[in-house]
Amino acid sequence: MPTTIAFLSGLLFSCGLILSGMSDPAKVLAFLDLAGAWDPSLAFVMLGAILVAAPAFALARKRGRSFDQQPINLPPTRNIDARLIGGCLLFGIGWGIAGICPGPALVLVGLGNAKGILFALSMLAGMLIFEYLERRTRQTTC
Amino acid sequence: MLIDTHAFTPWSALAGGALIGAAAALLVLGSGRIAGISGILGGLLRRREGDLWWRIAFLAGLLLAPNLYGLFLQPPASRLDTDAALIVLAGLLVGIGTRYGAGCTSGHGVCGLARLSPRSLAATLSFMAAGFAATYVLRHLIGV
Repeated sequence: MPTTIAFLSGLLFSCGLILSGMSDPAKVLAFLDLAGAWDPSLAFVMLGAILVAAPAFALARKRGRSFDQQPINLPPTRNIDARLIGGCLLFGIGWGIAGICPGPALVLVGLGNAKGILFALSMLAGMLIFEYLERRTRQTTC
Repeated sequence: MLIDTHAFTPWSALAGGALIGAAAALLVLGSGRIAGISGILGGLLRRREGDLWWRIAFLAGLLLAPNLYGLFLQPPASRLDTDAALIVLAGLLVGIGTRYGAGCTSGHGVCGLARLSPRSLAATLSFMAAGFAATYVLRHLIGV
């Protein structure tokens, strides 16, 4: 059951990315380029997503359990620290260079876009570098 | 600021956004999980018991949808003119950054803001600011 729900959610999510224009890196860059001919569309993507998701998260918090009686795995509240902000700044720079964030990267893979596949492989390599660095820090601190 | 009215597509953006929001709603209400793409993908590299198949199922949906979508509607073009070396650099930065930053546009920007998390607001403001700055530097100072 959780896998069926996850699969349907992935399908819906991907269709949303395509319909909204997020799978077109040039459109994303036109949003990020405030000094050029600005395309504000992507602000509406975020607005539409938050308007629909917000009541669901409020309900999930109130119920405490999902409809299949699983605990709600909300991220534990942690501080706003240098690790969070530094990571987000690196991500933002990468996003600003190519106009691709993780979801659209996988949509581009699904579309068979060669440069999109190159991006996704580089992104996976970045995640592996993170895992390697994390493991090394854990070993030295323990 | 000059708005490109020909490229501006508020209705399909809102509708696509609503679908993304519905996907996040389905996942959190249906099985108590956050629809954050970088977290779902990155979690595959850190295997924990009973934590594998929902991730694979979600990613399979994400990867298969473009084909299904194409059966009913023409997907918009994916224009990607960035140089291959810059694509690799951007991919590495996005991979490392989203893991240290514990989320991306979906995890922080959609799910985090939808549940009014101050941490996700700080995260979203940071990556948006960096995105605007990087695009400005590349397009208007360096001229790539």
